[in-house]
Amino acid sequence: MSGAVLAAKDISVGYGKKAVVSGLSFEVSTGEILTLIGPNGAGKSTILRSTAAQLPLLSGTVTLAGRDMKEMNVHETARKLSVCFTERITAERMNCYDLVATGRYPYTGRLGVLSQEDRRIVQEAMELTGITYLAGTDIRCISDGQRQTAMLARAIAQEPEVLILDEPTSFLDISNKLRLLTLLRELVRSRGIAVVQSLHELDLAQRFSDKIVCIRDHKADRTGTPEEIFAGDYISTLYGMNAGVFLPDFGTAEAQRITGEPEVFVIGGGGSGIATYRRLQRQGIPFAAGVIHENDMEYPVARSLASVLVAEKAFEPISDVSTEGALEVMKKCGKVICCTDGFGTMNAGNRRLLEEAQKMGKL
Amino acid sequence: MTGNRAVRWTICYTLLLLLAGVFALLGLMSGTADITPGEVFSALTGKGGSGAMQTIVKDIRLPRVLSAALLGGALAVSGFLLQSFFNNPIAGPYILGISSGAKLTVAIAMLITMQHGILLGSAAMVAAAFAGSLLSMGAILLLSGKVRNMAQLIIAGVMIGYICSSITELTVTFADDANIVNLHNWSMGSFSGISMKNIPVIAVIVAAGTAASFMLSKPMGAYQLGESYAENMGVDLRLFRLALILLSSILSACVTAFAGPVSFVGVAVPHLMKALFGTAKPIVIVPAAFAGGAVFCLACDLIARTLFAPVELSISTVTAVFGAPVVIAAMLGRRKGAQP
Repeated sequence: MSGAVLAAKDISVGYGKKAVVSGLSFEVSTGEILTLIGPNGAGKSTILRSTAAQLPLLSGTVTLAGRDMKEMNVHETARKLSVCFTERITAERMNCYDLVATGRYPYTGRLGVLSQEDRRIVQEAMELTGITYLAGTDIRCISDGQRQTAMLARAIAQEPEVLILDEPTSFLDISNKLRLLTLLRELVRSRGIAVVQSLHELDLAQRFSDKIVCIRDHKADRTGTPEEIFAGDYISTLYGMNAGVFLPDFGTAEAQRITGEPEVFVIGGGGSGIATYRRLQRQGIPFAAGVIHENDMEYPVARSLASVLVAEKAFEPISDVSTEGALEVMKKCGKVICCTDGFGTMNAGNRRLLEEAQKMGKL
Repeated sequence: MTGNRAVRWTICYTLLLLLAGVFALLGLMSGTADITPGEVFSALTGKGGSGAMQTIVKDIRLPRVLSAALLGGALAVSGFLLQSFFNNPIAGPYILGISSGAKLTVAIAMLITMQHGILLGSAAMVAAAFAGSLLSMGAILLLSGKVRNMAQLIIAGVMIGYICSSITELTVTFADDANIVNLHNWSMGSFSGISMKNIPVIAVIVAAGTAASFMLSKPMGAYQLGESYAENMGVDLRLFRLALILLSSILSACVTAFAGPVSFVGVAVPHLMKALFGTAKPIVIVPAAFAGGAVFCLACDLIARTLFAPVELSISTVTAVFGAPVVIAAMLGRRKGAQP
């Protein structure tokens, strides 16, 4: 299959006449996951609701399987597109089987009685998502993770071509987040579904998306693959982060650097210093770090947390210049912490730093 | 699992029908003159029995039993529709002031026509009640847009009920003495004023209203998940909401027009039925609510007539005694459900 199953072309979305996001275009093909990211209130949910034809478009068109959605009636749309939203289901005395079975709504007759085929599909959706054991349980008596999974099963039972999910993982713990997204990933492949979702968890967006659309300042700020989006300082800019920075390699945020004259010198390397950097930051102590290679895994952390960082070029042994520089900084610090005990050719300079520190009695 | 449920539902329906039969028979048997089941049957079939007995059974007790069953069922279905509409298990025509609105317009219509010496026909009474129901419903809908909390909605409904009741009292104060007695009986709620010639009108309206409600089972089931999901599944929300409002109003209007306001049936019976059947699926609960409402009102009317005979209690006195605790239970149950 090729070509976009869902395509938004130059759409403006919003409530009433006021556009929340305008000039937005995106496409998603079968087997692809497209994720919207962006700050709170940027309009991600509004985009999703408008794409699902629950809010009228202010301008532009959304085509579903090649047809303008404005020209499709609700029944046609219901058979091609299903949704999972954030609002909690408050229905009383409804068990999970019945919940999943509501997905068959567009296919059943006047009274909504399930056929043999409908029942098979419901069963299958529950098996795929691993919630068969919950069939007879009241939906008010299951955990948030189970409920989200049941809602996903419901959406699957609707046999859509496009699945729209608004923050499907927001109430879940990390294990359930991973489980749900892994499941989604598999479903998208095995069933040929296209997914449009919004996520707040950037690390997960980075790992589970084929395309990412960044919403900021009423428009699609950037659109691209995770590799393109999670490059450089872009994410920090996107979210206007001023209390810390985002480390795109790890997909995590690092807290705000403590600036000022360094009081502690940390000798790290190979990731050994990360915990110490974070502890010093937490305690509000400005520190210096060195000598760290630019390709060291702890380099991004040190760069964002240390008030002074002495770095060395990647793949080069620590030069005398760097060592001298680090020594200068170390002399001004009251205390030295050495986190590493592995020294070799590349970081021989750091061994010298440790020896000097011992001589100074700063350890 | 589905098999077990089908068995449970069948047993429950059978039980309700049996109970309805038993209470209907008891209703025909008991009263100031006690009549045996055999005599009831012969009076109904018209084969023997004295003329007096025939009159008692066919003209006095039968319309009362039939109307209690039909109107009780209508009230419970109306309550279930309102609960679906507001996504609120304690909504009902009485609590939301819809019955009181109907009471007000019917009282006014009766007074005006009585002054001109005209006795209002069944259809005209229902029409007046329907107008009043819609008036109250309109007020509730206006308020429901402003309040997000279900308790506030209920309080608003109770207040609307009070306002309508006090205006009704006010109008009744200015009525002729002779009319007051009539009006007073009716405005307290009773199945006693209904004669056999009202029954066809009641039967047609209630049957049509209940059948139409049953046909709405599918979108109602989708609506239980919330508006967004219902819309995504292909429910035309505006049309669906309008249908719910009109149906619940016409059903409760029919009750109020003939029996006056009857309290708590609309909330208590659907709640009991959901518990009994272990589901809230509209396709199961609409017929169940109708049967349950019939049983509930037949039993309550029996108690109202016989407990302190020959003094008759108003029907709401009895329904409130049994219904109000159920409403409290529904509220507590909801809280428990909301915090798993």
